[in-house]
Amino acid sequence: MTDLVSFRPEIIRDVQSGDAPVVAKTLSPAERIYRLGFVRKAVILAVLAVAWEIYGRWLGNPLLFPTFGQTVEAFVSNVASGVIPQRMLVSLQTLVIGYGIGIGLAALLTTLAIGSRIGADLLETLTSMFNPLPAIALLPLALIWFGLGTGSIIFVLVHSVLWAIALNTHAGFRSVSNTLRMVGQNYGLRGLKLVRLILIPAAFPAILTGLKVGWAFAWRTLIAAELVFGVSSGSGGLGWFIYENRNQLETANVFAGLFTVILVGLFVENVIFANIERRTIRRWGMQH
Amino acid sequence: MLAPSDAASASPLLSVAGVTLQYKTPDAVVTATRRVSFEVYPADRFVLLGPSGCGKSTLLKAIGGYLTPVEGQISLKGRKVSGPGPDRMMVFQEFDQLLPWKTVRENVVFALTASGRAGQTEAEDRARAYIDKVGLTKFIDSYPHTLSGGMKQRVAIARGMAMEPDVLLMDEPFAALDALTRRKMQDELLRLWDDTRFTVLFVTHSIEEAIRVGTRILLLSPHPGEVKAELNSVPPEEMGTGKQAALETRINDMLFASH
Repeated sequence: MTDLVSFRPEIIRDVQSGDAPVVAKTLSPAERIYRLGFVRKAVILAVLAVAWEIYGRWLGNPLLFPTFGQTVEAFVSNVASGVIPQRMLVSLQTLVIGYGIGIGLAALLTTLAIGSRIGADLLETLTSMFNPLPAIALLPLALIWFGLGTGSIIFVLVHSVLWAIALNTHAGFRSVSNTLRMVGQNYGLRGLKLVRLILIPAAFPAILTGLKVGWAFAWRTLIAAELVFGVSSGSGGLGWFIYENRNQLETANVFAGLFTVILVGLFVENVIFANIERRTIRRWGMQH
Repeated sequence: MLAPSDAASASPLLSVAGVTLQYKTPDAVVTATRRVSFEVYPADRFVLLGPSGCGKSTLLKAIGGYLTPVEGQISLKGRKVSGPGPDRMMVFQEFDQLLPWKTVRENVVFALTASGRAGQTEAEDRARAYIDKVGLTKFIDSYPHTLSGGMKQRVAIARGMAMEPDVLLMDEPFAALDALTRRKMQDELLRLWDDTRFTVLFVTHSIEEAIRVGTRILLLSPHPGEVKAELNSVPPEEMGTGKQAALETRINDMLFASH
Protein backbone atom coordinates (compact mmCIF):
# COMPACT_ATOMS: atom_id res chain seq x y z
CA MET A 1 0.00 0.00 0.00
CA THR A 2 2.70 2.49 1.03
CA ASP A 3 4.72 1.41 -2.00
CA LEU A 4 1.87 2.28 -4.27
CA VAL A 5 1.47 5.69 -2.66
CA SER A 6 5.13 6.63 -3.05
CA PHE A 7 5.20 5.23 -6.55
CA ARG A 8 2.51 7.56 -7.89
CA PRO A 9 3.63 11.19 -8.09
CA GLU A 10 1.38 13.99 -6.94
CA ILE A 11 -0.10 16.19 -9.63
CA ILE A 12 -0.58 19.92 -9.20
CA ARG A 13 -1.89 21.94 -12.11
CA ASP A 14 -2.17 25.62 -12.78
CA VAL A 15 -5.77 26.10 -13.77
CA GLN A 16 -5.86 28.54 -16.66
CA SER A 17 -9.28 29.43 -17.95
CA GLY A 18 -7.98 31.62 -20.77
CA ASP A 19 -8.23 28.93 -23.43
CA ALA A 20 -11.37 27.34 -21.99
CA PRO A 21 -14.47 27.30 -24.21
CA VAL A 22 -17.18 29.88 -23.44
CA VAL A 23 -18.98 28.73 -20.32
CA ALA A 24 -22.28 30.49 -20.98
CA LYS A 25 -23.15 30.47 -24.68
CA THR A 26 -26.13 32.49 -25.87
CA LEU A 27 -28.87 30.45 -27.48
CA SER A 28 -29.68 30.86 -31.16
CA PRO A 29 -32.71 33.11 -31.93
CA ALA A 30 -34.83 30.18 -33.12
CA GLU A 31 -34.16 28.27 -29.93
CA ARG A 32 -34.95 31.33 -27.84
CA ILE A 33 -38.27 31.85 -29.58
CA TYR A 34 -39.13 28.19 -29.13
CA ARG A 35 -38.53 28.54 -25.39
CA LEU A 36 -41.32 31.14 -25.11
CA GLY A 37 -44.46 29.38 -23.86
CA PHE A 38 -46.93 31.63 -25.69
CA VAL A 39 -45.19 31.05 -29.04
CA ARG A 40 -45.54 27.28 -28.68
CA LYS A 41 -49.19 27.68 -27.68
CA ALA A 42 -49.86 30.05 -30.59
CA VAL A 43 -48.48 27.46 -33.01
CA ILE A 44 -50.83 24.82 -31.57
CA LEU A 45 -53.78 27.22 -31.92
CA ALA A 46 -52.87 28.00 -35.52
CA VAL A 47 -52.70 24.30 -36.39
CA LEU A 48 -56.11 23.73 -34.81
CA ALA A 49 -57.60 26.67 -36.74
CA VAL A 50 -56.25 25.31 -40.02
CA ALA A 51 -57.67 21.84 -39.27
CA TRP A 52 -61.03 23.43 -38.49
CA GLU A 53 -61.03 25.38 -41.74
CA ILE A 54 -60.13 22.31 -43.79
CA TYR A 55 -62.83 20.16 -42.19
CA GLY A 56 -65.46 22.93 -42.56
CA ARG A 57 -64.73 23.35 -46.25
CA TRP A 58 -64.67 19.63 -46.86
CA LEU A 59 -68.07 19.25 -45.12
CA GLY A 60 -69.51 22.26 -46.97
CA ASN A 61 -72.53 22.66 -44.67
CA PRO A 62 -72.44 26.04 -42.86
CA LEU A 63 -75.71 25.24 -41.08
CA LEU A 64 -74.09 22.32 -39.28
CA PHE A 65 -70.45 23.30 -39.12
CA PRO A 66 -69.31 26.71 -40.33
CA THR A 67 -65.66 27.11 -41.27
CA PHE A 68 -63.13 28.98 -39.21
CA GLY A 69 -63.31 31.87 -41.69
CA GLN A 70 -67.10 32.14 -41.42
CA THR A 71 -66.90 31.99 -37.62
CA VAL A 72 -64.31 34.74 -37.52
CA GLU A 73 -66.45 36.77 -39.91
CA ALA A 74 -69.53 36.34 -37.71
CA PHE A 75 -67.44 37.14 -34.66
CA VAL A 76 -66.02 40.30 -36.21
CA SER A 77 -69.39 41.56 -37.41
CA ASN A 78 -70.98 40.87 -34.02
CA VAL A 79 -68.15 42.63 -32.26
CA ALA A 80 -68.40 45.56 -34.65
CA SER A 81 -72.15 45.83 -34.14
CA GLY A 82 -71.53 45.84 -30.38
CA VAL A 83 -73.71 42.80 -29.66
CA ILE A 84 -70.97 40.48 -28.41
CA PRO A 85 -69.18 43.12 -26.26
CA GLN A 86 -72.49 44.05 -24.65
CA ARG A 87 -73.42 40.42 -23.94
CA MET A 88 -69.93 39.73 -22.67
CA LEU A 89 -70.16 42.68 -20.31
CA VAL A 90 -73.44 41.37 -18.88
CA SER A 91 -71.87 37.93 -18.36
CA LEU A 92 -68.69 39.31 -16.81
CA GLN A 93 -70.61 41.60 -14.46
CA THR A 94 -72.59 38.68 -13.10
CA LEU A 95 -69.43 36.62 -12.90
CA VAL A 96 -67.50 39.22 -10.92
CA ILE A 97 -70.33 39.59 -8.41
CA GLY A 98 -70.65 35.82 -7.93
CA TYR A 99 -66.89 35.29 -7.83
CA GLY A 100 -66.45 38.10 -5.32
CA ILE A 101 -69.14 36.80 -2.98
CA GLY A 102 -67.66 33.30 -3.34
CA ILE A 103 -64.18 34.52 -2.36
CA GLY A 104 -65.58 36.44 0.60
CA LEU A 105 -67.47 33.42 1.92
CA ALA A 106 -64.46 31.15 1.30
CA ALA A 107 -62.26 33.56 3.27
CA LEU A 108 -64.75 33.55 6.13
CA LEU A 109 -65.00 29.76 6.18
CA THR A 110 -61.24 29.17 6.05
CA THR A 111 -60.61 31.77 8.74
CA LEU A 112 -63.05 29.89 10.95
CA ALA A 113 -61.37 26.63 9.95
CA ILE A 114 -57.84 27.65 10.94
CA GLY A 115 -59.11 29.39 14.08
CA SER A 116 -60.70 26.36 15.67
CA ARG A 117 -61.01 22.64 15.29
CA ILE A 118 -64.80 22.78 15.07
CA GLY A 119 -64.43 25.34 12.25
CA ALA A 120 -62.16 22.94 10.40
CA ASP A 121 -64.69 20.15 10.87
CA LEU A 122 -67.43 22.44 9.60
CA LEU A 123 -65.46 23.32 6.48
CA GLU A 124 -64.53 19.71 5.79
CA THR A 125 -68.09 18.48 6.21
CA LEU A 126 -69.61 21.24 4.10
CA THR A 127 -67.03 20.82 1.35
CA SER A 128 -67.39 17.08 1.15
CA MET A 129 -71.18 17.51 1.01
CA PHE A 130 -71.43 20.31 -1.54
CA ASN A 131 -68.27 20.09 -3.65
CA PRO A 132 -69.44 17.03 -5.63
CA LEU A 133 -72.84 18.65 -6.23
CA PRO A 134 -72.93 20.14 -9.76
CA ALA A 135 -73.95 23.79 -9.64
CA ILE A 136 -76.44 23.25 -12.44
CA ALA A 137 -78.30 20.75 -10.27
CA LEU A 138 -79.14 23.63 -7.96
CA LEU A 139 -80.76 25.65 -10.75
CA PRO A 140 -84.33 24.41 -10.18
CA LEU A 141 -84.01 25.26 -6.50
CA ALA A 142 -82.46 28.65 -7.29
CA LEU A 143 -85.41 29.37 -9.58
CA ILE A 144 -87.85 28.83 -6.74
CA TRP A 145 -85.83 30.91 -4.28
CA PHE A 146 -84.62 33.78 -6.41
CA GLY A 147 -86.85 33.66 -9.45
CA LEU A 148 -85.85 33.99 -13.07
CA GLY A 149 -82.86 36.31 -13.32
CA THR A 150 -79.48 37.39 -12.07
CA GLY A 151 -80.15 36.40 -8.44
CA SER A 152 -80.43 32.74 -9.34
CA ILE A 153 -77.32 32.84 -11.52
CA ILE A 154 -75.29 34.47 -8.77
CA PHE A 155 -76.50 31.84 -6.33
CA VAL A 156 -75.24 28.96 -8.46
CA LEU A 157 -72.05 30.87 -9.23
CA VAL A 158 -71.26 31.30 -5.55
CA HIS A 159 -71.87 27.61 -5.05
CA SER A 160 -69.47 26.68 -7.83
CA VAL A 161 -66.71 29.04 -6.63
CA LEU A 162 -66.93 28.72 -2.88
CA TRP A 163 -65.96 25.10 -2.29
CA ALA A 164 -63.04 24.97 -4.69
CA ILE A 165 -61.46 28.08 -3.18
CA ALA A 166 -62.19 27.15 0.43
CA LEU A 167 -60.81 23.64 -0.03
CA ASN A 168 -57.59 24.81 -1.67
CA THR A 169 -57.00 27.69 0.72
CA HIS A 170 -57.51 25.47 3.72
CA ALA A 171 -55.15 22.84 2.32
CA GLY A 172 -52.65 25.64 1.63
CA PHE A 173 -52.80 26.95 5.19
CA ARG A 174 -52.27 23.50 6.58
CA SER A 175 -49.23 22.90 4.41
CA VAL A 176 -47.44 26.07 5.57
CA SER A 177 -44.24 24.87 7.21
CA ASN A 178 -44.10 24.95 10.96
CA THR A 179 -40.84 26.90 10.76
CA LEU A 180 -42.55 29.81 8.98
CA ARG A 181 -45.32 29.87 11.57
CA MET A 182 -42.72 29.93 14.34
CA VAL A 183 -40.85 32.74 12.57
CA GLY A 184 -44.08 34.75 12.44
CA GLN A 185 -44.75 34.13 16.13
CA ASN A 186 -41.17 35.09 16.87
CA TYR A 187 -41.93 38.53 15.39
CA GLY A 188 -44.75 38.75 17.90
CA LEU A 189 -47.47 38.20 15.28
CA ARG A 190 -50.66 36.56 16.52
CA GLY A 191 -54.14 35.71 15.25
CA LEU A 192 -55.39 37.55 12.19
CA LYS A 193 -52.11 39.41 11.77
CA LEU A 194 -50.26 36.10 11.54
CA VAL A 195 -52.82 34.91 8.98
CA ARG A 196 -52.56 38.07 6.88
CA LEU A 197 -48.80 38.58 6.98
CA ILE A 198 -47.48 35.01 7.07
CA LEU A 199 -50.08 32.34 6.29
CA ILE A 200 -51.76 33.95 3.27
CA PRO A 201 -48.53 34.69 1.37
CA ALA A 202 -47.03 31.35 2.39
CA ALA A 203 -50.12 29.50 1.18
CA PHE A 204 -50.45 31.67 -1.92
CA PRO A 205 -49.62 28.92 -4.46
CA ALA A 206 -52.53 26.84 -3.15
CA ILE A 207 -54.82 29.89 -2.89
CA LEU A 208 -54.05 30.82 -6.49
CA THR A 209 -54.83 27.27 -7.62
CA GLY A 210 -58.13 27.58 -5.79
CA LEU A 211 -58.88 30.88 -7.51
CA LYS A 212 -58.07 29.38 -10.90
CA VAL A 213 -60.20 26.30 -10.38
CA GLY A 214 -62.96 28.49 -8.96
CA TRP A 215 -62.80 30.79 -11.97
CA ALA A 216 -63.03 27.89 -14.43
CA PHE A 217 -66.02 26.43 -12.58
CA ALA A 218 -67.69 29.84 -12.40
CA TRP A 219 -67.28 30.63 -16.10
CA ARG A 220 -68.66 27.25 -17.14
CA THR A 221 -71.53 27.43 -14.71
CA LEU A 222 -72.38 30.98 -15.77
CA ILE A 223 -72.66 30.18 -19.47
CA ALA A 224 -74.68 27.04 -18.75
CA ALA A 225 -77.02 28.90 -16.41
CA GLU A 226 -77.51 31.72 -18.91
CA LEU A 227 -78.48 29.19 -21.55
CA VAL A 228 -81.36 28.22 -19.29
CA PHE A 229 -82.62 31.55 -17.98
CA GLY A 230 -80.39 34.43 -18.84
CA VAL A 231 -83.01 36.51 -20.58
CA SER A 232 -85.01 37.88 -17.69
CA SER A 233 -83.56 41.36 -17.56
CA GLY A 234 -84.07 41.81 -21.28
CA SER A 235 -80.35 41.75 -22.00
CA GLY A 236 -78.96 38.26 -21.53
CA GLY A 237 -75.31 37.28 -21.41
CA LEU A 238 -73.20 35.21 -23.76
CA GLY A 239 -75.06 32.01 -22.93
CA TRP A 240 -78.30 33.59 -24.01
CA PHE A 241 -76.65 34.91 -27.18
CA ILE A 242 -75.70 31.34 -28.09
CA TYR A 243 -79.16 30.01 -27.32
CA GLU A 244 -80.88 32.77 -29.28
CA ASN A 245 -78.80 32.22 -32.39
CA ARG A 246 -79.29 28.49 -32.27
CA ASN A 247 -83.04 29.06 -32.37
CA GLN A 248 -82.58 31.24 -35.43
CA LEU A 249 -80.26 28.64 -37.00
CA GLU A 250 -77.48 31.24 -37.19
CA THR A 251 -74.87 28.57 -36.65
CA ALA A 252 -71.94 30.84 -37.46
CA ASN A 253 -73.14 33.16 -34.69
CA VAL A 254 -73.42 30.23 -32.30
CA PHE A 255 -69.82 29.42 -33.10
CA ALA A 256 -68.87 33.06 -32.65
CA GLY A 257 -70.52 32.98 -29.22
CA LEU A 258 -68.64 29.83 -28.25
CA PHE A 259 -65.50 31.40 -29.66
CA THR A 260 -65.97 34.37 -27.34
CA VAL A 261 -66.48 32.08 -24.37
CA ILE A 262 -63.21 30.35 -25.23
CA LEU A 263 -61.38 33.64 -25.83
CA VAL A 264 -62.43 35.04 -22.47
CA GLY A 265 -61.37 31.79 -20.84
CA LEU A 266 -57.98 31.87 -22.56
CA PHE A 267 -57.47 35.54 -21.71
CA VAL A 268 -58.18 35.09 -18.01
CA GLU A 269 -56.08 31.93 -17.79
CA ASN A 270 -53.12 32.96 -19.91
CA VAL A 271 -52.96 36.69 -19.35
CA ILE A 272 -54.47 37.53 -15.98
CA PHE A 273 -53.61 34.42 -13.95
CA ALA A 274 -50.32 33.85 -15.77
CA ASN A 275 -49.28 37.41 -14.95
CA ILE A 276 -50.23 37.05 -11.30
CA GLU A 277 -48.29 33.78 -11.19
CA ARG A 278 -45.23 35.31 -12.79
CA ARG A 279 -45.19 38.29 -10.45
CA THR A 280 -45.78 36.29 -7.31
CA ILE A 281 -45.12 32.63 -6.81
CA ARG A 282 -42.67 32.22 -9.72
CA ARG A 283 -40.71 35.27 -8.70
CA TRP A 284 -40.60 33.96 -5.15
CA GLY A 285 -39.43 30.53 -6.29
CA MET A 286 -42.50 28.85 -4.81
CA GLN A 287 -43.39 27.34 -8.19
CA HIS A 288 -41.31 26.66 -11.26
CA MET B 1 -12.12 37.03 25.91
CA LEU B 2 -13.76 34.67 28.36
CA ALA B 3 -14.74 36.83 31.21
CA PRO B 4 -15.87 34.55 34.00
CA SER B 5 -15.08 37.12 36.68
CA ASP B 6 -17.24 39.74 34.94
CA ALA B 7 -19.98 37.22 34.43
CA ALA B 8 -19.99 36.11 38.02
CA SER B 9 -20.48 39.65 39.26
CA ALA B 10 -23.30 40.43 36.81
CA SER B 11 -26.77 39.03 37.20
CA PRO B 12 -27.81 36.29 34.81
CA LEU B 13 -29.56 37.38 31.62
CA LEU B 14 -31.42 34.15 31.20
CA SER B 15 -32.12 31.66 33.91
CA VAL B 16 -33.53 28.21 33.45
CA ALA B 17 -34.51 26.72 36.80
CA GLY B 18 -35.51 23.07 37.21
CA VAL B 19 -37.27 22.92 33.85
CA THR B 20 -39.06 19.73 32.91
CA LEU B 21 -40.48 19.61 29.41
CA GLN B 22 -42.98 17.17 28.03
CA TYR B 23 -44.65 16.82 24.68
CA LYS B 24 -47.47 14.62 23.55
CA THR B 25 -47.31 12.19 20.67
CA PRO B 26 -50.56 10.49 19.57
CA ASP B 27 -49.99 7.63 22.00
CA ALA B 28 -47.60 8.81 24.70
CA VAL B 29 -46.40 11.70 26.78
CA VAL B 30 -42.67 12.05 26.20
CA THR B 31 -40.45 13.72 28.77
CA ALA B 32 -37.84 15.62 26.76
CA THR B 33 -35.87 17.20 29.60
CA ARG B 34 -35.93 16.68 33.34
CA ARG B 35 -35.15 19.41 35.88
CA VAL B 36 -32.63 21.22 33.77
CA SER B 37 -31.06 24.29 35.34
CA PHE B 38 -28.49 26.72 33.99
CA GLU B 39 -27.82 30.41 33.76
CA VAL B 40 -26.69 32.46 30.80
CA TYR B 41 -24.83 35.73 31.34
CA PRO B 42 -24.60 38.68 28.97
CA ALA B 43 -22.19 38.12 26.04
CA ASP B 44 -22.06 34.39 26.70
CA ARG B 45 -21.77 32.01 23.81
CA PHE B 46 -23.65 29.31 25.60
CA VAL B 47 -23.81 25.91 23.90
CA LEU B 48 -26.31 23.16 24.60
CA LEU B 49 -24.56 19.95 23.59
CA GLY B 50 -25.86 16.43 23.62
CA PRO B 51 -26.70 13.42 21.49
CA SER B 52 -30.00 13.32 19.63
CA GLY B 53 -32.89 12.70 21.95
CA CYS B 54 -31.51 14.76 24.83
CA GLY B 55 -34.16 17.42 24.35
CA LYS B 56 -31.79 20.25 23.53
CA SER B 57 -33.91 21.56 20.67
CA THR B 58 -37.05 21.21 22.76
CA LEU B 59 -35.32 23.16 25.50
CA LEU B 60 -34.43 25.92 23.07
CA LYS B 61 -38.03 26.04 21.82
CA ALA B 62 -39.19 26.39 25.42
CA ILE B 63 -36.81 29.31 25.90
CA GLY B 64 -38.20 30.72 22.66
CA GLY B 65 -41.62 30.53 24.30
CA TYR B 66 -43.15 27.95 21.97
CA LEU B 67 -43.50 25.41 24.76
CA THR B 68 -44.51 25.77 28.40
CA PRO B 69 -42.53 23.81 30.99
CA VAL B 70 -44.56 21.42 33.15
CA GLU B 71 -42.20 22.10 36.01
CA GLY B 72 -39.69 24.86 36.74
CA GLN B 73 -39.38 28.31 35.28
CA ILE B 74 -37.58 30.12 32.48
CA SER B 75 -36.95 33.80 32.96
CA LEU B 76 -35.29 36.43 30.85
CA LYS B 77 -34.00 39.52 32.68
CA GLY B 78 -36.05 38.44 35.67
CA ARG B 79 -39.30 38.24 33.70
CA LYS B 80 -40.98 34.90 33.19
CA VAL B 81 -41.02 33.69 29.57
CA SER B 82 -44.63 33.11 28.60
CA GLY B 83 -44.69 33.13 24.79
CA PRO B 84 -42.65 33.78 21.66
CA GLY B 85 -41.38 37.31 21.27
CA PRO B 86 -38.82 39.43 19.44
CA ASP B 87 -36.59 39.71 22.54
CA ARG B 88 -35.52 36.11 21.84
CA MET B 89 -34.85 35.70 18.14
CA MET B 90 -34.60 32.16 16.80
CA VAL B 91 -32.31 31.05 14.01
CA PHE B 92 -33.59 27.70 12.80
CA GLN B 93 -31.81 24.83 11.13
CA GLU B 94 -34.24 24.79 8.20
CA PHE B 95 -33.45 26.83 5.10
CA ASP B 96 -37.12 27.74 4.69
CA GLN B 97 -37.08 30.10 7.65
CA LEU B 98 -36.84 33.13 5.36
CA LEU B 99 -40.09 34.41 3.93
CA PRO B 100 -39.85 33.38 0.26
CA TRP B 101 -42.03 36.28 -0.92
CA LYS B 102 -39.63 38.88 0.42
CA THR B 103 -36.14 39.82 -0.73
CA VAL B 104 -33.16 39.62 1.60
CA ARG B 105 -33.59 43.27 2.57
CA GLU B 106 -37.37 42.98 2.97
CA ASN B 107 -36.96 39.90 5.13
CA VAL B 108 -34.83 41.81 7.63
CA VAL B 109 -36.89 45.00 7.41
CA PHE B 110 -40.16 43.13 7.83
CA ALA B 111 -38.89 41.40 10.96
CA LEU B 112 -38.09 44.79 12.48
CA THR B 113 -41.29 46.57 11.48
CA ALA B 114 -43.72 43.69 12.08
CA SER B 115 -42.39 43.21 15.59
CA GLY B 116 -42.36 46.94 16.24
CA ARG B 117 -38.63 46.89 17.05
CA ALA B 118 -37.97 49.76 14.64
CA GLY B 119 -39.74 52.20 12.34
CA GLN B 120 -39.48 51.94 8.57
CA THR B 121 -36.45 54.21 8.05
CA GLU B 122 -34.50 52.88 11.00
CA ALA B 123 -35.34 49.32 9.92
CA GLU B 124 -33.97 50.02 6.43
CA ASP B 125 -30.73 51.38 7.88
CA ARG B 126 -30.30 48.53 10.32
CA ALA B 127 -31.10 45.93 7.66
CA ARG B 128 -28.46 47.40 5.36
CA ALA B 129 -25.87 47.46 8.14
CA TYR B 130 -26.43 43.89 9.30
CA ILE B 131 -26.69 42.46 5.79
CA ASP B 132 -23.36 44.15 5.12
CA LYS B 133 -21.95 42.58 8.28
CA VAL B 134 -22.72 39.08 6.98
CA GLY B 135 -21.27 40.02 3.57
CA LEU B 136 -24.43 39.83 1.49
CA THR B 137 -24.74 43.43 0.28
CA LYS B 138 -24.47 42.16 -3.29
CA PHE B 139 -27.54 40.00 -2.78
CA ILE B 140 -29.62 42.52 -0.83
CA ASP B 141 -32.41 42.58 -3.44
CA SER B 142 -32.37 38.86 -4.23
CA TYR B 143 -35.16 36.50 -3.33
CA PRO B 144 -34.23 33.69 -0.92
CA HIS B 145 -34.73 30.91 -3.47
CA THR B 146 -31.80 32.26 -5.51
CA LEU B 147 -29.40 31.96 -2.55
CA SER B 148 -27.34 28.99 -1.44
CA GLY B 149 -27.98 27.27 1.88
CA GLY B 150 -25.11 29.05 3.58
CA MET B 151 -26.30 32.44 2.33
CA LYS B 152 -29.81 31.78 3.59
CA GLN B 153 -28.45 30.98 7.03
CA ARG B 154 -26.39 34.18 6.91
CA VAL B 155 -29.55 36.17 6.16
CA ALA B 156 -31.29 34.45 9.05
CA ILE B 157 -28.40 35.39 11.32
CA ALA B 158 -28.42 38.98 10.01
CA ARG B 159 -32.14 39.13 10.67
CA GLY B 160 -31.71 37.77 14.17
CA MET B 161 -28.92 40.22 14.96
CA ALA B 162 -30.72 43.20 13.39
CA MET B 163 -33.53 42.67 15.88
CA GLU B 164 -30.92 43.24 18.59
CA PRO B 165 -32.60 40.70 20.86
CA ASP B 166 -31.61 40.04 24.45
CA VAL B 167 -30.49 36.60 23.38
CA LEU B 168 -30.07 34.97 19.99
CA LEU B 169 -31.31 31.37 19.98
CA MET B 170 -29.63 29.20 17.36
CA ASP B 171 -31.02 25.72 16.77
CA GLU B 172 -28.30 23.75 14.95
CA PRO B 173 -28.12 26.55 12.39
CA PHE B 174 -25.22 25.01 10.46
CA ALA B 175 -26.25 21.35 10.67
CA ALA B 176 -27.72 21.26 7.16
CA LEU B 177 -24.65 22.85 5.55
CA ASP B 178 -21.71 21.06 3.98
CA ALA B 179 -18.60 20.70 6.11
CA LEU B 180 -16.58 23.46 4.41
CA THR B 181 -19.38 26.01 4.58
CA ARG B 182 -20.11 25.04 8.17
CA ARG B 183 -16.52 25.75 9.16
CA LYS B 184 -16.65 29.13 7.44
CA MET B 185 -19.93 30.02 9.10
CA GLN B 186 -18.55 29.15 12.54
CA ASP B 187 -15.64 31.53 11.99
CA GLU B 188 -18.00 34.21 10.74
CA LEU B 189 -20.23 33.85 13.77
CA LEU B 190 -17.20 34.33 16.02
CA ARG B 191 -16.17 37.40 14.04
CA LEU B 192 -19.66 38.86 14.36
CA TRP B 193 -19.61 38.15 18.06
CA ASP B 194 -16.28 39.95 18.38
CA ASP B 195 -17.96 42.95 16.72
CA THR B 196 -21.07 43.25 18.81
CA ARG B 197 -20.75 40.85 21.76
CA PHE B 198 -24.31 39.61 21.56
CA THR B 199 -25.53 36.82 23.80
CA VAL B 200 -26.14 33.59 21.96
CA LEU B 201 -27.56 30.23 22.96
CA PHE B 202 -26.40 27.63 20.47
CA VAL B 203 -27.67 24.08 20.11
CA THR B 204 -25.48 21.45 18.47
CA HIS B 205 -24.76 17.75 18.54
CA SER B 206 -21.18 18.18 17.37
CA ILE B 207 -18.53 18.26 20.09
CA GLU B 208 -16.10 20.01 17.76
CA GLU B 209 -18.61 22.73 16.91
CA ALA B 210 -19.47 23.20 20.58
CA ILE B 211 -15.83 23.83 21.47
CA ARG B 212 -15.24 26.16 18.51
CA VAL B 213 -18.38 28.23 18.94
CA GLY B 214 -18.97 28.20 22.68
CA THR B 215 -17.51 29.89 25.69
CA ARG B 216 -19.53 27.71 28.01
CA ILE B 217 -20.85 24.24 27.23
CA LEU B 218 -23.80 22.51 28.85
CA LEU B 219 -23.71 18.75 28.43
CA LEU B 220 -27.04 16.97 28.37
CA SER B 221 -27.63 13.24 28.69
CA PRO B 222 -30.37 11.61 26.63
CA HIS B 223 -33.81 10.12 27.47
CA PRO B 224 -34.76 12.31 29.25
CA GLY B 225 -32.33 15.20 28.94
CA GLU B 226 -30.58 15.96 32.19
CA VAL B 227 -27.64 18.22 32.89
CA LYS B 228 -24.47 16.17 32.99
CA ALA B 229 -21.95 18.96 33.24
CA GLU B 230 -21.37 22.63 32.56
CA LEU B 231 -17.87 23.24 31.21
CA ASN B 232 -15.76 26.15 30.04
CA SER B 233 -14.57 25.98 26.46
CA VAL B 234 -11.12 26.65 25.05
CA PRO B 235 -10.39 30.28 24.05
CA PRO B 236 -9.97 30.79 20.28
CA GLU B 237 -6.21 31.43 20.50
CA GLU B 238 -5.74 27.95 21.96
CA MET B 239 -7.77 26.23 19.23
CA GLY B 240 -5.88 23.44 17.55
CA THR B 241 -3.63 22.92 20.57
CA GLY B 242 -3.60 19.94 22.86
CA LYS B 243 -6.08 21.70 25.13
CA GLN B 244 -8.81 21.46 22.51
CA ALA B 245 -8.13 17.79 21.91
CA ALA B 246 -8.12 17.13 25.65
CA LEU B 247 -11.48 18.86 26.09
CA GLU B 248 -12.90 16.90 23.18
CA THR B 249 -11.82 13.64 24.73
CA ARG B 250 -13.16 14.70 28.11
CA ILE B 251 -16.59 15.59 26.68
CA ASN B 252 -16.62 12.43 24.62
CA ASP B 253 -15.91 10.32 27.71
CA MET B 254 -18.58 12.11 29.73
CA LEU B 255 -21.25 11.69 27.07
CA PHE B 256 -20.55 8.04 26.42
CA ALA B 257 -19.29 6.89 29.82
CA SER B 258 -22.67 5.76 31.06
CA HIS B 259 -23.33 3.51 28.07
